[in-house]
Amino acid sequence: MQFTGKKILILGSGGLRIGQAGEFDYSGSQAIKALKEAGIKTVLVNPNIATVQTDELMADEVYLQPLNPEIVTRIIEKEKPDGILLGFGGQTALNLGLTLEQNGVFAKHQVMVLGTSTASIRQTEDRELFKQALERIGIKSPQSVCVTTVEDALQAAEKIGYPIMMRAGFSLGGLGSGKVTSAKELTKRAKESLAIVPQVLVEEYLLGWKEYEYEIVRDCAGSALTICNMENLDPMGVHTGESIVVAPAQTLNNREHQHLRNMALQVAHLFKIVGECNIQFAINPTNGDYRAIEVNARLSRSSALASKATGYPLAFVAAKLALGFKLHEIKNSVTQKTCAFFEPALDYIVVKIPRWDTHKLKAADRSIGSEMKSVGEVMSIGRSFPESLQKAVGMLNIGASCLSDYPHKIENPCFEIENPTDRRLFALYQFFMEDGTTEEAHRLSKIDPWFLSHIWQIAQVEKQITKKKIATDLLRLAKQTGFSDKALGLLTQQSEKTIREQRLAANIVPYVKQIDTLAGECAAQTNYLYMSYHAMEHDISASEERPQLVLGSGPYAIGSSVEFDWCAVNTLRTLRKLNKKAILINSNPETVSTDYDESDRLYFEQLSFERVQDIADFENAFGIVVSVGGQIANNLAIPLAEAGYHLLGTPAEAIDKAENREKFSALLNQLDIDQPEWVRVTSLENAKEFASQVGYPVLIRPSYILSGSAMNVAHDDESLEQYLQQAAAVSLEHPVVMSKFILDGKELEVDGVANQGRIVIEAITEHIENAGVHSGDATLVIPPQRLYLETIRRTKKITSQIAAALNITGPFNIQFIAKNNNIQVIECNLRASRSFPFVSKATNHNFIAIATEVMMDEYKFARYETLELDYVGVKAPQFSYNRLKGADPVAHVEMASTGEVACLGENLHDAYWRAWLSTEQTVAGKRILVSIADAHKHKVLPYLRELEEKGWEIYSTGGTHSYLSQNGVGSYFVNKASEKIEPNIRTVIANRKVDLIINIPTNRSSADSKTDGFIIRRTAIDHHIPLITNIQSAQIILPCLIEFIDKDLPVYSWREIVSRH
Amino acid sequence: MLKMTPDANLIIYLKKILMKLIPAQLILETGEVFYGQAPASQDGNYFGEVVFNTGMVGYVESLTDPSYAGQILSFTYPLIGNYGVSAPSTWESTKCHVSGVVMSELAPFYSSYSAELSLADWLQQQKIPCIMGVDTRALAKRLRTQGVIPGAITPVNYTPSKFENFSDTDWVKKVSVKEPIMYGSGEKLVIAIDCGMKENIIRCLLEYPIRVKRVPYNYDFTNEDFDAVFISNGPGDPIHCQETIAILKKAMAKKKPTFGICLGTQLMALAVGAKTYKLSFGHRSHNQPCMDLQTERCYLTSQNHSYAVDETTLPKDWRVNFRNLNDQSVEGIEHKELPFFSVQFHPEAASGPMDTTWLFQKFYDLMNT
Repeated sequence: MQFTGKKILILGSGGLRIGQAGEFDYSGSQAIKALKEAGIKTVLVNPNIATVQTDELMADEVYLQPLNPEIVTRIIEKEKPDGILLGFGGQTALNLGLTLEQNGVFAKHQVMVLGTSTASIRQTEDRELFKQALERIGIKSPQSVCVTTVEDALQAAEKIGYPIMMRAGFSLGGLGSGKVTSAKELTKRAKESLAIVPQVLVEEYLLGWKEYEYEIVRDCAGSALTICNMENLDPMGVHTGESIVVAPAQTLNNREHQHLRNMALQVAHLFKIVGECNIQFAINPTNGDYRAIEVNARLSRSSALASKATGYPLAFVAAKLALGFKLHEIKNSVTQKTCAFFEPALDYIVVKIPRWDTHKLKAADRSIGSEMKSVGEVMSIGRSFPESLQKAVGMLNIGASCLSDYPHKIENPCFEIENPTDRRLFALYQFFMEDGTTEEAHRLSKIDPWFLSHIWQIAQVEKQITKKKIATDLLRLAKQTGFSDKALGLLTQQSEKTIREQRLAANIVPYVKQIDTLAGECAAQTNYLYMSYHAMEHDISASEERPQLVLGSGPYAIGSSVEFDWCAVNTLRTLRKLNKKAILINSNPETVSTDYDESDRLYFEQLSFERVQDIADFENAFGIVVSVGGQIANNLAIPLAEAGYHLLGTPAEAIDKAENREKFSALLNQLDIDQPEWVRVTSLENAKEFASQVGYPVLIRPSYILSGSAMNVAHDDESLEQYLQQAAAVSLEHPVVMSKFILDGKELEVDGVANQGRIVIEAITEHIENAGVHSGDATLVIPPQRLYLETIRRTKKITSQIAAALNITGPFNIQFIAKNNNIQVIECNLRASRSFPFVSKATNHNFIAIATEVMMDEYKFARYETLELDYVGVKAPQFSYNRLKGADPVAHVEMASTGEVACLGENLHDAYWRAWLSTEQTVAGKRILVSIADAHKHKVLPYLRELEEKGWEIYSTGGTHSYLSQNGVGSYFVNKASEKIEPNIRTVIANRKVDLIINIPTNRSSADSKTDGFIIRRTAIDHHIPLITNIQSAQIILPCLIEFIDKDLPVYSWREIVSRH
Repeated sequence: MLKMTPDANLIIYLKKILMKLIPAQLILETGEVFYGQAPASQDGNYFGEVVFNTGMVGYVESLTDPSYAGQILSFTYPLIGNYGVSAPSTWESTKCHVSGVVMSELAPFYSSYSAELSLADWLQQQKIPCIMGVDTRALAKRLRTQGVIPGAITPVNYTPSKFENFSDTDWVKKVSVKEPIMYGSGEKLVIAIDCGMKENIIRCLLEYPIRVKRVPYNYDFTNEDFDAVFISNGPGDPIHCQETIAILKKAMAKKKPTFGICLGTQLMALAVGAKTYKLSFGHRSHNQPCMDLQTERCYLTSQNHSYAVDETTLPKDWRVNFRNLNDQSVEGIEHKELPFFSVQFHPEAASGPMDTTWLFQKFYDLMNT
């Protein structure tokens, strides 16, 4: 069934959010490459501007547009594709595709759904159909009952017996799913879920069963393979996305493995999968009994991991299979000699650990379970489990270089071992260091003893390292067990450098090994590498020409997302275009940069001082790019420079000058550039003194922190005291800085590239939200729409002065605050910022390519227009509050968004509306609920009046209601949640009687979960009702409602817009 | 139920506790040395033909597979022994046949409800020498370029004066059953020629209502009644099996369904006048891709062989029906009209994928047509 069409539409996954992260940039990018290789024209819809897949050189046409049925239908009408791929953009693309198919859009426009049929996808997505299908071929799935009402749920649970597992169908990352122990809890949870999805499942609870996953490919002729199997360290009860995962499975014997593999293939045949799918199994550890848990008939986070773990390009192959190629007709791109019909043999062990940021979100709960909360993940490769596990820990960037030096003491490790949290692994290690037994740990956690024993073993090694000097044999053992030089230094009261020198003198070095998919059976042309101490020789020799090392982003986290992967990929591509040997180091499997065709050599390794040195030494690197991978890479700049490595671009002293508060402040003073008053806090007394001197509110922040961890605004002495304690706990090494917090200031940013202190290109963006919202959570506009020319002129001047003073060579970002035409500099980063892809695509000038040329001294002068554009670009934050129970969904000085989207439009409103819709927002009807702080009421009045005239129903709470009445705008009165009388706001939201909620709290609203405002916001999120909490945003969204509701938005591709200029 | 005693486990760095380890080496005939550690109780020099397997599971099956007789088996997967060793009823024969085992890490801990003892204990019980801490990837790279090489596991700083030539020994004679054994019940009787037959072949045959008479490699059954012939896998060079080939020629003259696996393929080819040759490095893994040339369906197969059929020497009435997608070598042959067919891979798996067990059905169906 070869596809004979010429053009294919690919649906992306939108902004990064919990449960759906950068892995779909990897899968979409590989799909585009595969289709291009087959000579097919590609059209991509994805508003995630920070992705590689939306780059100019990827798809033939890119639509930075909302992924909703209306827009995509219009794109189909316009582009007339012959086929569509639904499996490469996560659950978003899949659900959207199913809707379009149901609406008859594909049939009407003769668009063929490629790969697995929508009928099969429906069967795998609908739990009841799935269960029935498996039953027909004799495969056991968990006992379960599908219900549509709370009453039926209760009845089913009685029958199965508590505890039960509740699951919501059609969900991504297990949203709404979890263990339920009582009828009371079930009533509440089922009600919440049924408000979002039509059905929930009440299931047999498989607590403590082991969990495995198989990744399957199958072609249209029926040949099928399992590419990888994976075992979860955390047994059933913890979502796969929240589990530590190893590949291949460790505790399955051949019989068990073949049995699961056979069933996996049977299931793929049953659903006639064409392309990729995965299946999860639960295994009873006491007798080997099994249950098939679920099937994903699309590329997933697990398939990205499997792809990176094995070297088998799953997404690329899946795209070819969707075109009708057969597995044996596709080349194994790693070996270049064999075909894609084979199952990779690994000669190493892979460990994935999720990265959580729950601690960054006020009031969010740290426990982990059957819902996704993690925001990213790391993957490590080694040749023993302890080596891989500890390497992975060091990749997380949470202050631990391995298990030994986790910076936090856990109060009650047993509790966290039994009730998993994001730091259960560290609780286990602490428990074993305190002489806990593996039996006890197993009793509490149900984690397989095989894993526990190895963690225990690591602790035993640490216990031997007590002396001030470490014997050579023990040092070798410690390195094979995964201890970092840094941790060994701490344990022996020596410096990291001394340990490094000792081990180099004893010739204890990690060896470079290739990932060749065949465990060395055949010679392979592979550049996919890792390092291990369990080896006697390198697989390869150093690059012939001295290479350039590019440091990637490390794990996705709040504040470091796919934009830095875009930067790394574009740096690599530019280096190779300049005929340089480009080597990438990265530890994040959800990335495009770790596709082995993106660099000359790929080291899937730690971005640590130790490992970067190991690689730079082995490769005899010419230079290191530290400025495109975000803060992890940037933090290595100074140590690497001090150790004598050559940094490409801005020198380390300048980086220090920009990041060190005192030095930077002195520099600004010297240049006569204004800055908010600030002080370095050493005691509570001098903090209070400063506050009384400049007046509250004040901003508290630790230096050297990217996502504003522990940043806070204090409005009085009491909150100051409280926040200072938090800040000190977060950052022991770096002191806390306090500055005057400017109310009602406008923020703007300059992203740019300079060459030896002279500006090469710069772009000014303006924040929609006033100061007080973290720049990562702010909505950005390019070119600025509401700045005085004078402000722009002065911003440019300051930028030039700073660039010259710091002698910048490469990318930089400066943040400003403007109030009453007075401009102050807030901060300056001498690295690519998260808005680089946005300004690059909005202006159609690749800032990273330019920065790379500059850093390589290969830059050729050109002029760029970034201000006078015939269109407007708006970048909007993507939040994941619905994943984080208990978190207050108000943008704050501390960053909370997990991703971003951006759209280009005719004007500010057009671009803003599209960008907002792109963050998974829909306004289903004309009913709006408003609850607005006094200071802001008058700002929204004219818009509400107009909405009323246009037939909108307005609901409002006490104060807002009387204000509207007084001003002649009619609205339905609802009581606040605390008033507990109907009509109550809780009921209105829970019954989805409104389509949009505008709740503007006062500036000083606290995260107190008892306030009425918090309840409104939280209930809105929990019931998936669009919520606006910022007054400047409200002032744009309201006119957008007036202008765009009921209107069809025209669609245009990125190329069509930027070529206007 | 879970078997794990952490405090008494073999922990490499706590050398004193269970198994004291001493430095050891794997030395190849070429003079190359791979250092590692061996149990202190192991003091001799142990010779064998050094081969590697890239399977990530199935060490018990491989170690008890008679086809590995005389060979020192190296595992490229670095962690061996994770799930311990299960009951003898799950093995591929009654004992370990390898001459030695080479590993990166011999599991200090194991966990499986089906495990009866640790791999370390089992190897000691079976008196199988081993060496651990070896960079088995480096070894595999050596073997893939130089082909399989005689070698020895010895104490360090020892250089053997002479290595045995693996091909000189008639390994089949050593591993075949000594007397016929009867299995199963049913109308049809299958003669299974045991050249080192894996237990799982018997298990697969007995899935069907047939009787199986397992006979020694040199047992002439041609004057007895039988309905079909099966020729098993086995170790070594097929050219040593002249007695078996002679019996097979006579048996095939009766035109009864005949099915061979692995060595069986080479013997069938030799019996009809074709030739075999030694591959520069054998196929030993669970992920060998093969295509059924009639249907173009691809199957993943488990393989363990050093010799292959030279297709240019096949008689005209025979054809190649399976081919290896990696090196295009012959993986199966069949007669164009008569019910003779044979595969170079292991449809009975154990260890490895079970994608081709349908070949047993095909054999059974031929008996009934």
